Amino acid sequence: MAVSETRIITRRMNESDDNHNIDTYISLGGYEVAKRALRMNPDDIVESVKTSGLRGRGGGGFPTGMKWSFLPPDLFPRYLVINADEGEPSTFKDHMLIVRDPHQLIEGIICSAYAIKSNKAFIYLRGELALAYDRLSTALEQAKQKGFVGNDIDGSGFDLDIVIHRGAGAYICGEETALIESLEGERGMPRLRPPFPAIAGLYAKPTVVNNVETISTVPHIIDMGGDKYAELGVNKSTGTRIFSVSGHVNKPGNYEVELGITFRQLINDLAGGIRNNGKVKFFIPGGGSSQWLTGSDEHLDCPLDMDEVGTRFGVMLGSGAVMVYDQSTDPILVAWRLAKFYAHESCGKCTPCREGTGWLEKVLYRMSHGQGREIDLDMLLDVGDNISPGLNAPFSQTTICPLGPSSVSCVVSLNKFFRDEVLRRCKSSQSEAEMTGNNEEVNV
Amino acid sequence: MAFTQENREKALAIVEKYPYTKSAILPLAHLAQDQDGYLSEDAMREIAEIVQVSPAEVQGTCSFYTMFKRKPVGKLLVSVCTNVTCLVLGGPEIHETLSNKYALDEDVTIEEVECLAKCDGAPCFQVNYEFIEKVSPQDAIDVVEEYKSGERVARTVSGTLTDSSLIEGPTLQKGQKGGE
Repeated sequence: MAVSETRIITRRMNESDDNHNIDTYISLGGYEVAKRALRMNPDDIVESVKTSGLRGRGGGGFPTGMKWSFLPPDLFPRYLVINADEGEPSTFKDHMLIVRDPHQLIEGIICSAYAIKSNKAFIYLRGELALAYDRLSTALEQAKQKGFVGNDIDGSGFDLDIVIHRGAGAYICGEETALIESLEGERGMPRLRPPFPAIAGLYAKPTVVNNVETISTVPHIIDMGGDKYAELGVNKSTGTRIFSVSGHVNKPGNYEVELGITFRQLINDLAGGIRNNGKVKFFIPGGGSSQWLTGSDEHLDCPLDMDEVGTRFGVMLGSGAVMVYDQSTDPILVAWRLAKFYAHESCGKCTPCREGTGWLEKVLYRMSHGQGREIDLDMLLDVGDNISPGLNAPFSQTTICPLGPSSVSCVVSLNKFFRDEVLRRCKSSQSEAEMTGNNEEVNV
Repeated sequence: MAFTQENREKALAIVEKYPYTKSAILPLAHLAQDQDGYLSEDAMREIAEIVQVSPAEVQGTCSFYTMFKRKPVGKLLVSVCTNVTCLVLGGPEIHETLSNKYALDEDVTIEEVECLAKCDGAPCFQVNYEFIEKVSPQDAIDVVEEYKSGERVARTVSGTLTDSSLIEGPTLQKGQKGGE
């Protein structure tokens, strides 16, 4: 049976194109939950979020309620930081949530900040998303005018100030400690943990960093009740998630579905199947940092369960981006472009990542442009092993943050699924070079 | 260039929003870029004075971020995505076509960028951070020409709105609903 979407956080944007105006948002029931939440005991909200089983939607999948409960009970001020620096390749859900329903995010911030007893929240918005910035700024102004943000909100005695902070083009600032550094006016380089941000984060104060989708879900959890939300989904992956499906599908887009449906249902039933009635050659299930899966039945019938995909196939649902490629795609070219991305975005703090990503990119460039050699693939695995020893999933790392190990995923996947194809092509390009005497070092 | 009186007041208001002044470096750099079209050394010195750190610290921070152009760029900054979804749907062709077409045009700067978070509209690119989606190379040239002639109103090179009607975002609405 064909599956359909389960709209919770995308419900309002489906009902109206005008949600960024506060009057429309309120007419659709907006800010009602925030008013109710401000009459509740903050600890009950935290409990409710814990019961719901909500896990971070930005990539890590860490339980949100647990993250909140790490805050030391008596240290103030504390900050809530919203990670809207959406930069993971092919993820576009937060962008849509902000452009089409900015008030939902603000309402989520009100509820969450109240729950963790924070009076100041920052939204770290990716710099390139100019329209999202305009929409969010306008929405925040409107919310301030209506008294939903500011001092003594709705007579509850709770004060909240929200600051929108534009980033300036650095993928690494999506990593929470790098984001905090950037928010402090520094170069966006990750920090060593411990101390964790919950103890000493922004300005060395207790800080919670949450993704846009996570925070947008909070009002709905308060509304439904944590136990009701936990009934949705499968196993420890409760609720719904937005999946950004892109690539060679007929209907690329964001789809909010109950966790637990299969990749096949997501790709065929919702995203309209492969263009020109083609077949899936491979797909990347969780943003560029995840390892790949192929078009085999075993992979396509795997349920969208954050834990099961990891234990069975060593991949992750990550940021919820699903990139689908048909038979015409050259996997080496895709791997090269991903490696180029990581080489460009490596912040340069840790040597294995700074140097390793550069080598991965250079060698994959020659392999994808007909100048590969037979030893190249094994050499790449060796380079990768220095960044992520063992090349296992979940990965180990010799770096501070996961960017380095993420860059290795594409190489591991090439080796796992396309080793024969890669070796054949590299062998033929090498022998061609030897025959023509053009076998000098390739300059890239 | 130094901030104009109006922008200096804006800058001081921005600093007020943060518990520590240094946090204002990024927003102030955006403001300076809005004003001058790039981030000049003078601007960085003035930012340093406003947030009370050394000019070297401001430059250290700003040089990390790709959106800050420390040399003048064209009035139109065209950012073409060639990351993995756009890669297989024609992004590199758009980049190549635009690069060739505007190689000698001082008003237009073409750059290759990473994923712009609009992959349902791939291949996509931005003109001064306004999204253009699902285009062929020829369409892309037409769009840039429309900006050049003033038919389309551009944002600043830091992406700040110059015409409030753009907030309705006609280009972004198209096809964005997903899962009808």
